[in-house]
Amino acid sequence: MSEEYRSMWTDLGLDLDAHDALLGILGNAYNDIYLSQKNRPEGMNYFDFVMSEVHGLRIKELMNEKETGRKIIGSFCVFVPEEIVLAANATLVGLCSGADFAMEEVEKLLPRNTCALIKSAFGFKLGRVCPYLESADMIVGENTCDGKKKSYESLNNLVENLYVMDLPQVKSEHGKALLRAEYNRFRSAAEILTGVTITPESLKQAINTVNAKRTALHRISSLRKADPAPISGLDALLANQVFFYDNPARFTDSVNKICDELEIRIEEKKGAFPEKTPRILLSGCPQAVPNWKLPFIVETSGAVIVGEESCVGERGTRNLTDDSGNTVDEMMEAIVDRYFQVDCAIFTPNPERLEHIQELAASCRADGVIHYGLQFCQPYLMESIPVENVLENNNIPCLRIETDYSIEDMGQLKTRIEAFIEQLK
Amino acid sequence: MSTHFAGIDIGSRTIELVIVNETGDIVFSTQSDTGFDPMAEARKMINGVSYDRIMATGYGRNLFEMSFDAPTVTEIKAHARGARAFFPAALTVLDIGGQDSKAIALTANGKVKKFEMNDRCAAGTGKFLEIMAKTLGFSIEGFGLEALPAQRELNISSMCTVFAESEVTSLIAKGQNRREIARGLHASVIRRAAGMISRVSAEGDIVFTGGVANNPCMRLLLEEKLGRKVLCPNDPQMVGALGAALLAGEIK
Repeated sequence: MSEEYRSMWTDLGLDLDAHDALLGILGNAYNDIYLSQKNRPEGMNYFDFVMSEVHGLRIKELMNEKETGRKIIGSFCVFVPEEIVLAANATLVGLCSGADFAMEEVEKLLPRNTCALIKSAFGFKLGRVCPYLESADMIVGENTCDGKKKSYESLNNLVENLYVMDLPQVKSEHGKALLRAEYNRFRSAAEILTGVTITPESLKQAINTVNAKRTALHRISSLRKADPAPISGLDALLANQVFFYDNPARFTDSVNKICDELEIRIEEKKGAFPEKTPRILLSGCPQAVPNWKLPFIVETSGAVIVGEESCVGERGTRNLTDDSGNTVDEMMEAIVDRYFQVDCAIFTPNPERLEHIQELAASCRADGVIHYGLQFCQPYLMESIPVENVLENNNIPCLRIETDYSIEDMGQLKTRIEAFIEQLK
Repeated sequence: MSTHFAGIDIGSRTIELVIVNETGDIVFSTQSDTGFDPMAEARKMINGVSYDRIMATGYGRNLFEMSFDAPTVTEIKAHARGARAFFPAALTVLDIGGQDSKAIALTANGKVKKFEMNDRCAAGTGKFLEIMAKTLGFSIEGFGLEALPAQRELNISSMCTVFAESEVTSLIAKGQNRREIARGLHASVIRRAAGMISRVSAEGDIVFTGGVANNPCMRLLLEEKLGRKVLCPNDPQMVGALGAALLAGEIK
C-alpha cells in the first residue's frame, strides 16, 4: 500500500523524508495516547483506522474525487460554511495545524510570539508535509484574529490559491450584513472554482448532510452526560477532529454507530472511567490533530473530560442550519443566521460565550472547567479572566491554562491539573 | 505497636521524609539533597524506618509511585494540609521551593479553594535566589540576613534568572552596594509572590512554607508588601512531607 501512497505524496510535492518523520511521530503519539486507553468503545476502531490512514487512504479518496473533476477546498476555521462548499460539488477539509513543524523556517516569516496554531499551519506548508493543503484547489483564510489575518498576507506568498474571507467582529446588523455579503461572495467563488451553479436542491441536500454530521456529534455530547461517562474525552475529541477530514456521510454513520454502542454501555453502567470520576469541561482554543496534550494530561491524572467548548467541539457544531427554505436566497440567509451565532472570541463584546460555558458546564454535569488558552492567542486569553470570574462567582472551580504545542511544560501542567482535580474531589 | 504514616517530599533540591503517629504528631523527620539519582536517595532515606503507609509528593512523586507503588498527592494539597497542622485556621499558604512557587487559598475546612503556580521557568523561586546569592558572593543560608540591614533596595527589573544575573553583574561593576542589590532581588521575588497571593486571596494571615520561608528578609518584605501577617512553621521545608504523611493517614 505504502508504495502507491508514496507516489501520490510525491505527485503532491510532499517532502517524503520529512513526511515519514511526521507520520512516525504521529503514529507513536497515537499509540501512546489513544491506543493505551482502557475501556474504549469498539466503534472507536473506525477512528483508529481513519487516523492510521489520515494521510493515506483519505488522501487517495480525495485524489479520486479530483480525477472526476471535483474540487477540494481547505479551511482553517469553522466560519467557512461547508454547506456552500458541498452544494457547489466540492469537498471541504480542515487543514493541519496541531503540531510544531519546521519552526526555524516559520520564524523567518512570522514573529516568535505568534500562536502555535498559526505557526503550525505555516510549518506544514513550509515543511511540505500536509497532503490536504497540497491537494486543495482553494485555501480559505478568514479574517478572525489579528494573528491569522496578518499571517494570511504572508501565506499568500507561499500558495497560489488563497481566498481570504472577511468576517465581522461585532454582532450587529452591520456585522450580519458583512457576513451575508461575504458568504455570497464565497458562494460565487466556489461556483467559479467548480463550474457548478448552486441550486435550491443541491443547497438543501448540502444543509441536510452537514446537519446530519452535527446531529451525530450532538448525540455523542448528550450521551457524555451519563456517569460513568461512556466515552473518554480524548475519544470524543477525536470524533470532533475527524469531523473536519472525513467523508461526511461515512462520518455520520460511524458516529451514530458509536452512539448506539454508547447507549448500551450507559444501560450497562459501563464507562471509560469509573463512576464518580471528576468531570471536566474544556473551554477555549481549538485543538487540532494531533494536539492531544491537555486532554491526555487530564485523563491520565484522574479526571474525565465531558465536553469541549471549542471550535473543535461545541462551538463549531452546536447549531443546525434551518433547512426549511425553498430558494437559494432563503437557505443562504439560514446559513448566515446559523454561523452568526458562533460565539468566537473575535467578537466584541461576546457575552453569549460566557453564558454558553455556564450552560454547558451545567448540562454536561462538569465539576470544574479548564480554560485552555494557546500562548499569544489574545482573544481567548483576554476572555479567560472573565470566564474564570463568572464561573467562580457561580461556585464552579476554574483553572486557566496557557500553553503551546511543546512538551517542555508537561511536568508543571501535570502538577497544576492534578491539584485542580484534587480540588474537585 | 501503634500505626505510623510517612510522607516523602521529593523536590528539585531536597528530599524530606516525615513520619507521624496516629494522632498526627511528628515522630521522625529527616532531610537530604536530591542529588542526581532521587530514587536511590529516597530508598536510602526510607530504609530502616518503619511505617504502615507512605505517600509521596513533590516533583519526583510519580517516579516514586512507579518505584515503590505508593499513593501520591500534589505539592499543592500537601502544603495546604501541612500548613493546617501548624496553623489550624490558615486560609492562605505561600510555598516557595527550589524550582516553583505557589499561592494557595483554602476553604474554612482546609480544602484547596484556588491556587496559582508559576509556569515553566524558575523565576521567583529558590533557584533564582540561590544563583543571585552566588553572583553576589553570599551563601544561600546567609543571603537574607545580609540583605536585611541594607539602607535601600536597588531596583532589579528582570525576573528571568539569566537577565537578572547580568543586571546584577552590571550593578556590581558600577560599584553599587551588594547588600542593597541583594535587598532589591528579594523585593523583586516578593513582588511576584505578592501578585500570586492577591489573585487567590484578598486578606488574612499568610502561612509561608518551603525552603525560601527560612529567609528572614523574604518574610519581612512579604509582610511589608501586603500588610498581612506572615506565619512560618519552625521547619518550613518539612511542611510538604508532613502534609503527605497526614494525608497518608487519612486515606480511607
